[in-house]
Amino acid sequence: MSGVAQARSSGRMQRLWCVLRDVAARPSGAVGLSLVGFHILLAALGPWLVPYDTGAMSSGEMLETPSMAHWMGTDHLGRDIASRVMLGGREALIVTGLATPLAMLWGGFTGLALGLAGGRIDEAMMRIVDAFLSLPGILILLVLVMTFGTSNAVLVPTLGFLFGIPIIRVARAATHEVIARDFVAAARARGHGAMTIIAVELLPNVRDTLMVEGAMRWSWMLLAFSSLSFLGFGVAPPTPDWGLMIADGRIYMSLALWGVLGPVIALSSLIVGINLAADALAKSLGIDRARKAVI
Amino acid sequence: MLTLLLRRLVLGAITVVIVSLLIFAGVEALPGDACTAFLEREAQGALLEKCRVDLGLDRSAFTRYFEWAGGAVRGDFGMSAGGTERIATLVTDRLKNSALLAACALAVGVPLAILLGVITGLWRDRPVDLILSTSAILAMTIPEFVSATVLILIFSVWLRWIPGIVVAPADYPISAFFPEIILPIIVLSMVMTAHILRMVRSSVIEVMASDFVQMATLKGVPYWQVVFRHALPSALLPAINVVALTVAWLLGGVVVIEVVFNYPGMGRMMIDAISDRDLPVVQAITLIVAVTYVGVNLTADILTMLLNPRLRTYHMRRR
Repeated sequence: MSGVAQARSSGRMQRLWCVLRDVAARPSGAVGLSLVGFHILLAALGPWLVPYDTGAMSSGEMLETPSMAHWMGTDHLGRDIASRVMLGGREALIVTGLATPLAMLWGGFTGLALGLAGGRIDEAMMRIVDAFLSLPGILILLVLVMTFGTSNAVLVPTLGFLFGIPIIRVARAATHEVIARDFVAAARARGHGAMTIIAVELLPNVRDTLMVEGAMRWSWMLLAFSSLSFLGFGVAPPTPDWGLMIADGRIYMSLALWGVLGPVIALSSLIVGINLAADALAKSLGIDRARKAVI
Repeated sequence: MLTLLLRRLVLGAITVVIVSLLIFAGVEALPGDACTAFLEREAQGALLEKCRVDLGLDRSAFTRYFEWAGGAVRGDFGMSAGGTERIATLVTDRLKNSALLAACALAVGVPLAILLGVITGLWRDRPVDLILSTSAILAMTIPEFVSATVLILIFSVWLRWIPGIVVAPADYPISAFFPEIILPIIVLSMVMTAHILRMVRSSVIEVMASDFVQMATLKGVPYWQVVFRHALPSALLPAINVVALTVAWLLGGVVVIEVVFNYPGMGRMMIDAISDRDLPVVQAITLIVAVTYVGVNLTADILTMLLNPRLRTYHMRRR
């Protein structure tokens, strides 16, 4: 038994490896994967790499131009911009890194279950999903953050919940394409339970779609997270965050250019990297992503 | 055809009802109400009770929902939490400004997106497609506040061509927003062009490979006639839905852009209401945005049904 399980999991790893290699072989995939990898490494090793303490203020060195000591200059409180740019993605990557799998799990499972259940329950639940999708997401996010605070314990479940809702639709639609096939009917005839059918028959068939969808949602979640910080409702000030840095730096843009340009380049390169990788992943798995592009 | 239309209308109406229930229940579930927000923290005991009675908050949630929903149907959203202004008048100006921004962005973005989408679709994988498609990914994914900041840096700080922020208040006439409105229009149309372009491109590729287009080509119809007479009418159909999503997104208040450029539209109103904990206004805006979303998508679905060549021939054959 354990031998079979092991063989199956090693096959899975092999397939994952193949897909990854195929993604990396495409120009956009190679660029995307290296950008994402670079940012993850930077976020993980950043605390040991930064030249200065990101919170250390120095009243004598405010809004300095780039120099050997501060190679992106200093901000309006005399903090080293380069150090803050290096660590500015940590919070965003931690929160979205936890919330994306959460969204995929609950959205994917609900979508699969609804697709399998069909009938009245499915119809009624989809109306609720439609209603949720018509609500402005950023507004819900803002109201919840205003009420419950901006700690990661609030942000992770909130983002996970909100971004899982569109995944329900995608997972359900993907399930509908396989549900009519013979092997599902066979599994039903064998008397398998709903959970077994979902895990053994449906999941392997919708996994590719879900993976691409998840990659896409990750980049949008990052966007939402930094927008929240930019608007002043996200990460609390002493912590460095790109969105917050851009919001603060905008005021002193003509004096300290890098206070804006640094976080702008960092944030854009991460989000573009995720999208390039997701695009290449979609092509490798043969999924048309443009058709699923919903604002 | 008629039953399809009716079914779609009923579904839309059900969604609107569920949305209103969700919003009302959501706001109810939040700690605090209009009175605690209005009277701040010091309010306790008798004062709070009196305020609740005055505003009718002591009645059951059931009664209040019907009163609120009934008012909303007639376009009356009650008073803001401060109790000084009617929400309906506040919203009208903001909605007008958001509509102005949306109309300008659509006028620039949609024709451009369709043109570029058809070009990239027809010349798939050629240099022009690679350049445009890559730019589309960039335009689509770079956060709006990033591209907005970069544009302000270039056009307002360095070149000093256009002011970086709008200074006119919400109730000023349309002309007061020019030329400041140009930068937000550029940012918005960049994002929407990218989305619509990708959709049109993949749709054109799919239709050009379909049987009826191949058939027309094999029958010797000239290439450009195949493109314009046979392919494009079907290929542009799915674009309607993406355009609808864009319209809903634009009217729903592009929060970040409106904050960046200080533009007095629905998005800024949202942020202000949330910062002030003005729950009646938040409730009203959410409902308006959600109903706009449902309405625009409904219109798009119905338009698609009416314009779909397959449904059209069916209709004509019956006559």
